Amino acid sequence: MPSNGAKSILRFEHVHVSFDGVPALEDLSFEVCEGEARIILGAAASGKTVLLKTALGLVRPDSGSVYLFGENITRLTEHQLFDIRSRIGMLFQEGALFDSLTIEENVAYPLMNQKAIHCPAGEVAGRVKEALHFVELDQTLARFPSELSGGMRRRAAIARAVVSEPPLLLYDSPTAGLDPITAHTIVALIIKERDVSDTTTLIVTHRYQDGNLVANFRYNPDNGQLVPARGNGHQPQQRTKFMVLREGKLLFEGTQAELEASGDPYISKFRRQTGG
Amino acid sequence: MPSVIVSVILAVQEFYVLTGRALRNVFREPHYTDDIILQMDSIGVGSLLIVILTGFFSGAVMTLQLARALARWGQQGQVGTAVSLTLVRELGPALTALMVAGRNSSGMASEIGSMKVTEQIDAMRALGTDPIQKLVTPRLIATCVVLPLLTVIADFVGMFGGYVVAVLLVDLNGRRYWTTVWQALGWDDFAQGLLKPFVFAFVVALVGCYYGLRATGGTQGVGRATTQAVVLASVLIFVLTFFLTRIFTSQLVSSS
Repeated sequence: MPSNGAKSILRFEHVHVSFDGVPALEDLSFEVCEGEARIILGAAASGKTVLLKTALGLVRPDSGSVYLFGENITRLTEHQLFDIRSRIGMLFQEGALFDSLTIEENVAYPLMNQKAIHCPAGEVAGRVKEALHFVELDQTLARFPSELSGGMRRRAAIARAVVSEPPLLLYDSPTAGLDPITAHTIVALIIKERDVSDTTTLIVTHRYQDGNLVANFRYNPDNGQLVPARGNGHQPQQRTKFMVLREGKLLFEGTQAELEASGDPYISKFRRQTGG
Repeated sequence: MPSVIVSVILAVQEFYVLTGRALRNVFREPHYTDDIILQMDSIGVGSLLIVILTGFFSGAVMTLQLARALARWGQQGQVGTAVSLTLVRELGPALTALMVAGRNSSGMASEIGSMKVTEQIDAMRALGTDPIQKLVTPRLIATCVVLPLLTVIADFVGMFGGYVVAVLLVDLNGRRYWTTVWQALGWDDFAQGLLKPFVFAFVVALVGCYYGLRATGGTQGVGRATTQAVVLASVLIFVLTFFLTRIFTSQLVSSS
């Protein structure tokens, strides 16, 4: 049970996942509570993506249990999972936009296809525009994903993830393969979504500076910029927790201060990225 | 060695599970009618030209060969019988299915495979859509409808190809050719000529989709899936045509 009384959104209990006998996640247990931002750091092939897919029920654990919004999803059928997945937004690694559909159709997809979201047909276009405006892609409605740049595709995919206003958002390496400026824009959008809609957020990344931004900055609705979150009752640090995965095992879980204080050489490798 | 056997058994099991789920979805909401029509257009209309070409020339070449062979027994006039039976019973269904397998099993494997390796299949599942219902079932229904129709067209064009050669090159009477073609056929020929493409439709659609859905490892994986799909679909068509023919001929033997 959560220690501070906040509602549990996602809980892993001794989760094992393996593919063809090769373990991807080993005895993984953690809990994410409502309103929290969780940064999951790890190198390539450390099980970060598998973790998010297991959380969504796309990958079934070999043993252990996954609880979403308090419900054990481990034994649910694919059709039963659709309802619970409609309350989660997921940004896949390369965006995973449907390339046979336009950006407008892509963003409308969750509203039109998720049965649990009862969105009247007349409202779809408006909500799609709103979501694309949120990611500052107002002019791309009729274009196809292949016509957009990498950063724009990532933003369109964020629009698709947030259009149904889910209470939980999962981001799989949102900044991977992007230049530093575009990467900063994407993290700014993630912070904006967290602060505007008050969503619980899981971010999987190999870049420590992404986590650093999320933990220490907030979105200022007055000028649309990120500002350091100090005072004014804004304390994202306390809502942000870090996890470090190594070869499918949980190596560290704690606050940024605890992460910075850690003497583990693997963890300090991630930390050093900020300086360099 | 045992690990190879295990992986083959697992693959067969996965294939049956896919088949079962694709069939169950035929009777389950939601139905993606637009996708079915789109696939019928892509498989049916798209394959029309190659099916007509292969049909025409297989009928033509058969007439050339058989006319020469039958002339040795003075039975050149029976060339229409031989062409029509071979086309309707065997070559029409098999050649059409092979052409469509080459064109569409590969297309399905590469299309679905690219979606798989770019996580679009996962995204589909995350966004409340069953990928088998959305991608596999429409392709299966479309192929089941279109392949028998294409086979009928190939049969007829093949007979026409035989007619052209018979009249122009072998110097046979055209009327007599068509009479022998028509008289040769019985109901059981039509039955097996239409049942075979229906069975092959399952092979063409499901093998293509199966390899697409299990593609891994980027563009190289998609290429591998495409090749494997065409190879397995083609081999299965040959194997199945033997067994189906065996069933039909054994029925004839037992009834005669």
